[in-house]
Amino acid sequence: MSEVPAIRLTGLTKDFGSVTAVDHVDLEIAEGEFFSMLGPSGSGKTTVLRLIAGFARPTSGTVELFGEDVTNAAPFDRDVNTVFQDYALFPHMNVLDNVGYGLRVRGMKRAARHERAMRALAAVRLDHLAARKPAELSGGQRQRVALARATVLEPKALLLDEPLGALDLKLRQQMQVELKQLQRQLGITFIFVTHDQEEALTLSDRIAVFNDGRIEQLGTPRELYERPASRFVADFVGTSNLFSAEHARALLGREGEYSVRPEKLTLSREPATASGTRSAVGTVVESIYLGSGIRRVIDLDAGPRISVLERNERSGAAQGHGERVHVSWHDEDVVALMPPGT
Amino acid sequence: MRRLLKVDRGLGRDQGLNLATHEATSAEVTHSVPSPRRTPARRTSAYLTKHPRTRLALLLSAPLFWLVVVYIVALLLLLMTAFWRVDTFTGDITREWTFDNIVTVATGALYQTVTLRTLGIATAVTVIDVAIAMPIAFFMAKVASPRAQRLLVIAVLMPLWASYLVKAYAWRSVLSKDGILEWLLAPVGLHSPGYGIPATVLTLSYLWLPYVILPIYAGLERVPDSLLEASADLGARTTRTMGSVVLPLAFPAIVAGTIFAFALSLGDYITVNIVGGASQMLGNLVYTNVGAANNLPLAAAIALIPIAIIFGYLALARRTGALDSL
Repeated sequence: MSEVPAIRLTGLTKDFGSVTAVDHVDLEIAEGEFFSMLGPSGSGKTTVLRLIAGFARPTSGTVELFGEDVTNAAPFDRDVNTVFQDYALFPHMNVLDNVGYGLRVRGMKRAARHERAMRALAAVRLDHLAARKPAELSGGQRQRVALARATVLEPKALLLDEPLGALDLKLRQQMQVELKQLQRQLGITFIFVTHDQEEALTLSDRIAVFNDGRIEQLGTPRELYERPASRFVADFVGTSNLFSAEHARALLGREGEYSVRPEKLTLSREPATASGTRSAVGTVVESIYLGSGIRRVIDLDAGPRISVLERNERSGAAQGHGERVHVSWHDEDVVALMPPGT
Repeated sequence: MRRLLKVDRGLGRDQGLNLATHEATSAEVTHSVPSPRRTPARRTSAYLTKHPRTRLALLLSAPLFWLVVVYIVALLLLLMTAFWRVDTFTGDITREWTFDNIVTVATGALYQTVTLRTLGIATAVTVIDVAIAMPIAFFMAKVASPRAQRLLVIAVLMPLWASYLVKAYAWRSVLSKDGILEWLLAPVGLHSPGYGIPATVLTLSYLWLPYVILPIYAGLERVPDSLLEASADLGARTTRTMGSVVLPLAFPAIVAGTIFAFALSLGDYITVNIVGGASQMLGNLVYTNVGAANNLPLAAAIALIPIAIIFGYLALARRTGALDSL
């Protein structure tokens, strides 16, 4: 990785009136990285993206692109391009002119412009629709036109604002693969804003989890999932069983708050005896068949209601309602959470 | 009903939920929701639901009657009147078909001059209004905060609450030789234009400005902000974004605004009476012929001129595709 980061944010803050949308965010994103900003709506992730693109000016702090301070530069003076949530295709231009718009603005001649735009369209397999208007395309096709329009200018970084949010599940999964391939092919930094934790985990090299305008945790998908640092991250990224300090003392014999993933728990009729494992007794309240697995909701006698994910491999092992079971876990799978506000 | 009450009581008790589901299985419960009564209104509704053509006919008859009888027939009668003539001795209308009025209006030097003057004034008013309305509408639609936006809409509409005559006479006072404009301009060596064609253009521009701002504002509001951001993001400077994205998308709205300013100016004859000095517009000629000259057929023939012009203008606007999205 090069020394100068593709994007560096220092003390970035954005207030809207009395609301602080982005609160002292420090962040470095490397060249060629697929970086996701994940968080619920209103967490400030989209505002950070808009500050990088230049659609808004920060209240304080700086934005650097490849070491150059662009905090107060206009969007048209920044070497980044954006794929908008609503695609923002120009409705009065056909697909080819949409893709060629950035080139036309830069004064490229018509023939050269069309050739470049056609190549970009071919890369997203839409060259056969070049003469269509955006209104005549499907959602997935519009999405790809927006991608072609942004990448034809060969930006140093591509900013994507929930680009897959409007697509149905099947198409979204297909576009995820295409995005990842495109990023590898272009070798440029992708900054991807999403509220879909699964999407972020699938695509990203690194993820920043946003909450209330701050970065709650920054790390690789594995780090975030296996070692969530806070209650918020444990809850937002995947499903977690959270143990309050009181329950943790009773069940885990530890001080502080803890989290255990549902798939790390096992159910048995006898208490677990292996070293490093503990177990607790509870009652099955609900069994939900998921196809690939079975989710069981269990009321622990000495603790909270928890969720256990069993793989769908043994038939007949299903416990029914009201059945008493032992829930066991390995000590290593218990993740300590930082108290909120640290 | 009794059954329902029982279920209700059951729900109030502990474990009432079980009791309730038990009773719900019995067949009698189907009677607990009364089926709708067949009132005449209900039967009419059912009939209309099944007969879409009758529904359409009932819905359209009143507005169609208004449009056809009151509007189109009146226009056709006007057109017919233009081909009659007035008996010079009795002053009565003779219902003999003649092209005399049309020929007079088409060839008479007076009518040509006044037509050109009216066209010139209407064009000037339209151009001035669009030039003023564009930045105001853009600011309202794309820059102002939602609160400021509401206030601005009210501010733009406010002049419409005052009577047309009041506003025209206010301008007469402003423009007069010892009016406020003269008082403001005299120190910098300028003077009020006084009464005449410039004053008419100024006053008409003022009067029709809200009708131009509002459609342009509505048109610009429909352009998503993300399109402007996308244009800037792709490297276009502000002027480029205006020319390549905002103007083409707002064009139908601008044309709609110009139709208001142009058509309203073309038919006006009161403002020019109040601030126009001795100048006359087509409306004045119509007015004189209806009143003082008592020549209704000639007045009708003159009235056909602005109608023809506005039809020509609409045809032109339609060619640009501006009317497609109205």
